[in-house]
Amino acid sequence: MNTRRSFLRRSALLTASAASLAFATLAAGPAAAQAGPDKIRIGWAVAKTGPNAPGVATTVLPNYKLWVEEINAAGGIQLKSGKRVPVEVVEYDDRSSSEEAVRAIERLVTQDKVDFILPPWGTGTNLAVGPTFHKHGYPLLAATAVTDRAPDLVKRWPNAFFFLGTGHGYGEALVSYLEQERKAGKIGTKVAMMSVADGFGVDLGGAARKVVAKHGFELVYDKTYPVGTQDLSPMLNEIKALAPDVFIAFSYPPDTLGITDQAKVIGFNPKVFYTGVGTQFPLYKNKFGANVDGVMSLGGIDADDPAVQAYFRRHKEVTGQEPDRFASPIVWVSLQMLQQAIERVGVDRAAVSKELAGGTFDTILGQVKLVDRQWPKLWWVGQWQDGEFRGIAPTDRAGARPAVIPKPAWKP
Amino acid sequence: MNALPSPAAAGNPAGAGRLALQALMVAGLALLAALPWLGADDYLIAVGINILQYGVLATAWALFSGPTRYVSLATVAFFGIGAYTAAVVGETLPWPAVLAVALGISVVLALVVGLATLRLSGVHFVIFTFGLAELVHQLVNWYEVNVTRTLGRYLFVDITQVQIYWQLLALLVGVLATGWAIRRSRLGLALQVIGDDEVVARHVGIDTTRAKLLLFAISAGFIGLAGAVMAPRWTYIDPAIAFNPVISFQVLIMALLGGANRLFGPLLGVLPVAILFELLSGSFPNHFMILLGLVFMAIVYFIPNGLFGLLQRRRHRAGKEGSK
Repeated sequence: MNTRRSFLRRSALLTASAASLAFATLAAGPAAAQAGPDKIRIGWAVAKTGPNAPGVATTVLPNYKLWVEEINAAGGIQLKSGKRVPVEVVEYDDRSSSEEAVRAIERLVTQDKVDFILPPWGTGTNLAVGPTFHKHGYPLLAATAVTDRAPDLVKRWPNAFFFLGTGHGYGEALVSYLEQERKAGKIGTKVAMMSVADGFGVDLGGAARKVVAKHGFELVYDKTYPVGTQDLSPMLNEIKALAPDVFIAFSYPPDTLGITDQAKVIGFNPKVFYTGVGTQFPLYKNKFGANVDGVMSLGGIDADDPAVQAYFRRHKEVTGQEPDRFASPIVWVSLQMLQQAIERVGVDRAAVSKELAGGTFDTILGQVKLVDRQWPKLWWVGQWQDGEFRGIAPTDRAGARPAVIPKPAWKP
Repeated sequence: MNALPSPAAAGNPAGAGRLALQALMVAGLALLAALPWLGADDYLIAVGINILQYGVLATAWALFSGPTRYVSLATVAFFGIGAYTAAVVGETLPWPAVLAVALGISVVLALVVGLATLRLSGVHFVIFTFGLAELVHQLVNWYEVNVTRTLGRYLFVDITQVQIYWQLLALLVGVLATGWAIRRSRLGLALQVIGDDEVVARHVGIDTTRAKLLLFAISAGFIGLAGAVMAPRWTYIDPAIAFNPVISFQVLIMALLGGANRLFGPLLGVLPVAILFELLSGSFPNHFMILLGLVFMAIVYFIPNGLFGLLQRRRHRAGKEGSK
């Protein structure tokens, strides 16, 4: 099977390159002599150590490696001239520090003179390097930054692109989605919310808090906890005693695991059980097995889509690990877009930025054109169903599943 | 090591030698200030910013900790306050006013904290200052989460990298000049005595608490200013970024490597460590931490008294041999 596919790929490649060669000689004529670059230098500075390292290792670096591997296995990025140009990588560790990240980007630009720079992980780091990308005219494809300021930032930095939406978007979309379910008679009005006292929890919690009353809900519990809190069981016990219909935790990966574990132990099983970042990670399913069914969070995928399935398979094959079900596919589409933009306009950063802003791209999530340099197709709410984390809202998007409410009981 | 050589004894050759040194310093300073015009690229300026930042922090740290021998791990508390202040008022006030506010808050905090704690000594003080940084971090966090309900601030001001570089250079000159002036004042003398033996200092009539408090506040003021100057470089600031404890430890290591009780000692430590960090993370991004650990072990093992101490011992020995 494997040998057959690689044979197929190789012959397809041969045909393609033969065809492109023929085309190039025909179309380019004498211009073919000038040829263009013989490699494309790609740089990145991501956190290999420090608090941001797990996010990088789950969502960012496997995608970058897969991207480079696929391009070079195919002989390189195919430029307009028809020539295939391999990519070469320069990488640094920003050690999870904003200051290191800024300096590493300066080093990539002025010392290594790379052609394009792939972004770091996380909102804070992406915003820290934003001015440096802007100053040197490098496109910044911020695929892992969630910021309410994205609409302002795209005006400020004409080469910046935001892919993961705004905190406000997720909070608002969750509550208005829940309203539909309430109107359908599946849940009552009592909402309990806890959020981590950090950027993510504060943004999403703030957005949700503002709109709960408007959507006809009653917030019976609303507390924050510091980053790194080990034992969240007192809060969960308090919440359980209030018997809410909806439980929302805007949590970080360690707390997401802790909250789920503890809820199971004390038998807290509300009709809607929603936890934050980490719920979409393969690790979550590995830890809780069949008990993940019915758990909601942000993000999601259309697991029945063959393009998504193919991406998951390749990701597993090449990097040996599964992608997450939220930002991983988004990082991948940002890379697909960058590659296609280079193929269309060449190694010209200004032209690539322009193409990214205005062009339509063929991605694993369909044909997409950015809106105001922001990714328009996000899953705001997802739910684990039959062992896969599937998108459920926006409900009118193709591939959206109806939610399972009430959540099934915890299994021992 | 017990008897600290007086500043006059260090500049033995006197006269011409001293003048040449001063001329050299002024020339060096002019060269550094003109660097952006001499074709230094952005990366070089970025490295310069890093060196200057730690230069200011380590020199300011040693201003207080050098003579008094109170090891402070509160550097990042003041640095973070400066950065955070810039993020809060940076878009509404003119830049000089932002710096003034950052300076003011750092100094006031240092006075309040110092009044309560400078009677502590030894390891108690070290632990307290480490706790202070964390306390300030958590207070800011609490305030942002429960009162303003936004965590993570954005600072958009039109300050370029080169302008940050110049501000830091000016700050370094300022902190060195202040240190130089203090050494020649009654305060400096009082601090030398406190550093040697606090009980004796009290007995000869020095108001030790007042002297320590004053110096702690001056040192904190410079550190806070450095934080405010650096803030526009990051655009996005949250408490975890502003109050990163690694900064306190790096400053401590650099100052101790150079020699904390000489004015230029900390700078001597900053240069090699900052450049080493840069080379290691540029050339061995995947083994940075391992190599760094080895280098630190080597420093502690081979240069326990700092580079300045090493140089002085060399000179001392050379002088002895010469007189034989």
